[in-house]
Amino acid sequence: MKFIDIFHETYSALSANKVRSSLTILGIVIGISSVIAMLSIGQGAQNSIQSSIESIGSNLLMVMPGTQRGPGTMVSSGRGSAQSLTIEDAEAIKETIFGLDGVAPELTGRYQITAKGQNTNTQVVGTMADYELVRNLEVAEGLFISEANVKSAAKVVVLGPTVSDDLFGEGISPIGQKIRINKIDFKIIGLTKSKGGSGFSNQDDMVFVPLSTASRYLSGSDYVSTISIAGTDAETLDQLEQEVNNLLLTRHKIRNVDLADFSIMNQADIVSAASSVTEVFTWLLGSVAGISLVVGGIGIMNMMLTTVTERTREIGLRKAIGAKRSDITTQFLIESISLTIVGGLIGVILGWSISFVISYLGLVETKVSLLSVVLAVGVSAAIGIIFGYYPAKRAAGLNPIEALRYE
Amino acid sequence: MIEVSNIKKVYSGAGGDFVALKNVSFKIEDGEFVAIMGPSGSGKSTLMHILGALDTPTQGRYLLDERDVSSLSEDELADIRRDKIGFVFQSFNLLPRTSVLRNVMLPLVYDRVPEEERESRAKQSLVASGLDETHFSHLSNQLSGGQIQRVAIARALVNNPSLILADEPTGNLDSKTGEIVLETFERLNKDEGKTIVLITHEHEVAEYADRIILIKDGELVGDSREHSKRRVGGEKNILRK
Repeated sequence: MKFIDIFHETYSALSANKVRSSLTILGIVIGISSVIAMLSIGQGAQNSIQSSIESIGSNLLMVMPGTQRGPGTMVSSGRGSAQSLTIEDAEAIKETIFGLDGVAPELTGRYQITAKGQNTNTQVVGTMADYELVRNLEVAEGLFISEANVKSAAKVVVLGPTVSDDLFGEGISPIGQKIRINKIDFKIIGLTKSKGGSGFSNQDDMVFVPLSTASRYLSGSDYVSTISIAGTDAETLDQLEQEVNNLLLTRHKIRNVDLADFSIMNQADIVSAASSVTEVFTWLLGSVAGISLVVGGIGIMNMMLTTVTERTREIGLRKAIGAKRSDITTQFLIESISLTIVGGLIGVILGWSISFVISYLGLVETKVSLLSVVLAVGVSAAIGIIFGYYPAKRAAGLNPIEALRYE
Repeated sequence: MIEVSNIKKVYSGAGGDFVALKNVSFKIEDGEFVAIMGPSGSGKSTLMHILGALDTPTQGRYLLDERDVSSLSEDELADIRRDKIGFVFQSFNLLPRTSVLRNVMLPLVYDRVPEEERESRAKQSLVASGLDETHFSHLSNQLSGGQIQRVAIARALVNNPSLILADEPTGNLDSKTGEIVLETFERLNKDEGKTIVLITHEHEVAEYADRIILIKDGELVGDSREHSKRRVGGEKNILRK
């Protein structure tokens, strides 16, 4: 049989019972569209987590103070709360290690901030000029903290957009105004751009002051809570981490690596940890949807078996006229494949629309990958073959004499 | 030409073997119009299945155009049916919801005949079987019983087969339309020289044929040609004995 004939036969066979064909197709549509929608949600979640991790900086190493676990010390305080990193450590890293883009020590604390009767409680980050580059911060208005500010311990502050909105109202430029942090007056010199805060630390809800000012007027200590280091590229990040580790061990006079009083977090590790979680999540969603696809496939098989029984006499007639086994097999196989292909295509369109609607409603920024579309169409064709094979084989195996006599 | 020699067909079932045909032999020349007659259960359907290459005999030889059909594989039998045999059945002769023309073209589809040739050949045989051109595009379920049988005859003709096998072709028709169908066979035999084998249990139907082969209990019990050799003008006398 030629292709055009098979197509003709298939069309007339499937359109003979439109309701049944459409219901069967619906099963596949639901399966395929849910696979595509679920994978796109998973993919979207993965992308949004990844981008929120990347928004805190690129090729970032974060050195945090840790507890010194020496002999006899049983009590451990929380990570980051210990006082083991100093401004000098940060300066030493900057001066002795090559192949890094910037070093930004931070001294972070929560303080009450007031301005014109409005007040808010937020994170105050004492840092240096490099912070802007290291943490991918952009200034919307005014300037970021300069080296001169740090040197002179100037009482200047750069606001995050959320803080600015809370204190001065939306759309009002706070530059040049004064705020009080911990009852000390600070002059506002800049406003950062919104980064769409989510995830680890919301950089929109922060204010930035010179490190020296923070340690002198706010915390009263020389210790820092984090040193952020920007490497030049992702490939050398591990090596950089090693060098920083060695330098700090030497400076802190610690021989045993296990007893280090600091810990280094590598951004690549965070990204891979987070993406492995979302990957599992994606596969979980995908396989739940996959089950519905299998159910749809069983629907196809059910319909095809019914069809073969109903059309027994037709099969007998075709065989008497000269149809070979392979002609009959092809005919029925193409019928089931057509059902799944049509279902697959509609499913792709529907799944795409679902994921578009989910994005549009702002639930998750979904992303339909080409791979999932190819996978879905491939799987639906495969389902047509797998679940259509048995009924087709059964049709082809019918004895023409018995098939013609069948009532 | 058909040559059947010592054909035996045994069906083995749970209740033991059942012999449907025992040692049947005859010859049918090209251009003959033969009726195979017998009461139900006589084995004439089995004989028709073997003649139609739908089944193979347990023993014996069946030569169709000098080719031994008795030991072919399933696919080879399908080729024989497609190229050499045209079937007309008692019922369920046409594909439902399919046009007359497409029904007639079906054997050509399996023969991979080019599209344009199919249509002209199908029309030709529809005209030969006496169906009005106005019906060509009708669906099979819009036709009367007599028209359906004419379409079936046209389909049986379309491949230019060596043998047209009609299994109780008038069984579902009233006597008047039955006559028209039988006259169609008669005309095809006389005018176009087609070889026709008619299987029936009715005398009136069998009388349209030039020769009658009588089957009973799986055995050939009479052949009007053998009679006519002995008795001049004795054709069909076998029926009146």
